[in-house]
Amino acid sequence: MKYLPLIWSALFRRKTRTAFTIVSVIAAFLLFGLLYSVRAAFTSAGHSIAGASRLITMSKESLIVSLPTSLLIRIQSVPGVTAVTYANWFGGYYQDPKNQLVAEAVAPNYFDLYPEFVLPAAELRAFHQTRTGAVVGESLAQHFHWKVGDRIPVQATIFPQGNGSNTWTFDLVGIYHVNDPSLKGQEGALFFNWDYFDKATQFGGGMAGWYIERVAQPKDADSVARSIDAISANSDHETKTQSESAFQASFVGQFANIGLIVGGIMAAVFFTLILLTGNTMAQAVRERVPELAILKTIGFSNRSVLSLVLAESVLLLGLGGIVGLLLSGAAVSGIRAKLGPLIPMLPVTAHTWLDGIALAVVIGLVVGVLPALRGMRLRIVDALSGR
Amino acid sequence: MSPLVEIRNLSKVYTRGRQKIEVLHHVNLDIAPGDFLALMGPSGSGKTTLLNLIGGLDSPTDGTIAVAGRRIDQLGQSELARWRAAHVGFVFQFYNLLPMLSAARNVELPLLLTKLPAAERRRHAAVALELVGLADRAAHKPGELSGGQQQRVAIARAIVSDPTLLVCDEPTGDLDRQSAVEVLTLLQRLNREHGKTIVMVTHDPKAAEYASHTLHLDKGTLVESAQAAEVAAR
Repeated sequence: MKYLPLIWSALFRRKTRTAFTIVSVIAAFLLFGLLYSVRAAFTSAGHSIAGASRLITMSKESLIVSLPTSLLIRIQSVPGVTAVTYANWFGGYYQDPKNQLVAEAVAPNYFDLYPEFVLPAAELRAFHQTRTGAVVGESLAQHFHWKVGDRIPVQATIFPQGNGSNTWTFDLVGIYHVNDPSLKGQEGALFFNWDYFDKATQFGGGMAGWYIERVAQPKDADSVARSIDAISANSDHETKTQSESAFQASFVGQFANIGLIVGGIMAAVFFTLILLTGNTMAQAVRERVPELAILKTIGFSNRSVLSLVLAESVLLLGLGGIVGLLLSGAAVSGIRAKLGPLIPMLPVTAHTWLDGIALAVVIGLVVGVLPALRGMRLRIVDALSGR
Repeated sequence: MSPLVEIRNLSKVYTRGRQKIEVLHHVNLDIAPGDFLALMGPSGSGKTTLLNLIGGLDSPTDGTIAVAGRRIDQLGQSELARWRAAHVGFVFQFYNLLPMLSAARNVELPLLLTKLPAAERRRHAAVALELVGLADRAAHKPGELSGGQQQRVAIARAIVSDPTLLVCDEPTGDLDRQSAVEVLTLLQRLNREHGKTIVMVTHDPKAAEYASHTLHLDKGTLVESAQAAEVAAR
């Protein structure tokens, strides 16, 4: 700590240059926080503790190909399977096409397999008893100011009703929440009764989008998955059973490889940042060669000079990183408040902070190492005489 | 009394490309404790090289240097850095203060290498600034001080850790006459009243008059007074 004033003053020796560099670091870490939040929202689905013991069975061809509901009983009989439920993607929008929903028709026992969705018992009962009943996540309810008792008209984009209408009206009977902050992205869904969907839809009756199985032992998941897929082998509806996280990854992968896109953007941003801050540090040390020589003259060791320059570099990145992450936290909160669950974003968590700070430290060390070595190796006599 | 600085057969050779330049040639020198020695000589005579070797900033090619009985020519880089921090104060022609730090922070720099707590470091720095007559300029940055004041801050930095030896390389070379007199008087006071051993390189015979005695270097060799007069005349 006693060296902090020395490091601080060296960092702000050229105030304008340092300020511009810090602004660019802030921008990079703001982007990091935002992209991290999006990626976490996409990858968090299925990563709950309960998710470790869940399998998903879908058509081997594609998720958009349905499976017969007659499979239910046969899957239930597979050894190692303790419970089975099923669901179908519905989608749709509320009032305006830009208000796209994550809506699914789910079997009555769906919430038994998702204990992370916390729903009061009375509301779950009401869901079971109300044919047109729907349950929504807290984030979604807050965004549209919905409350239990509201009637919610949803415009179908894939499944018109048998009478040709695209409007499905649901009675909101419950609002669930999740306790784990990393799963908050899952509070953006609307679930409604399978019976309503199955009877009212124009097509697809008796067909489910996917099955969800709970297995007794997660370690047996692979063998159970093989047994489930064996049921439909060589039929016209062959299945592919996989862990929930693998399923979520393939589901998200239908839209785009979010991880690759986010990773690519981050890599480009941080590569540019390394060049920029590296140049700043190199310039800063080049200008201060006589000053570093003086520090050595009065007794600072080579290692001390190396540490001072590295600390300066880490401080530069750390300051920008902290401010950038703070801003990203505020930006994510703002975006979530404005757009709600329509944009999948998780709050900036301690995990984001840890990764962000670690990244700042690593980049700080990377960009500081060459200038620091130069400072460490300089010969006092040469540096003082301007050679 | 045994000498504080004992130099025997000291040589220094620099290599520039294929060329070898012998800057110092078998120099023998004793400096007594409490001495104020002025080193004079023409440019390229090896004054600064000798000073750098005495201050532990450079290593000799041949010969020995002992300061207070310790062979500094045998010390490694890290040991030499620690030795400099504890035993030598440096004053340069161009002050070499850190421009972004206040006078007090500049003076405090050598104390960062000690285990003194922050309050003690500040107190020591304040005393040193008081001693050089700049207590009221502690918060000023070097750019806000005159050349003479900056050099006095540099002297305060040199003495703050109470070193055995002060080495001064042309301390008045960049100052006007009035400031030079102030700085030289200060060095003389540090020598006479505080017993500091000082080795000062200078071109200026008037500056050398403040020292207790003067030695002359020519072509890397210490020369006698008569020869020195001849050298000076040249």
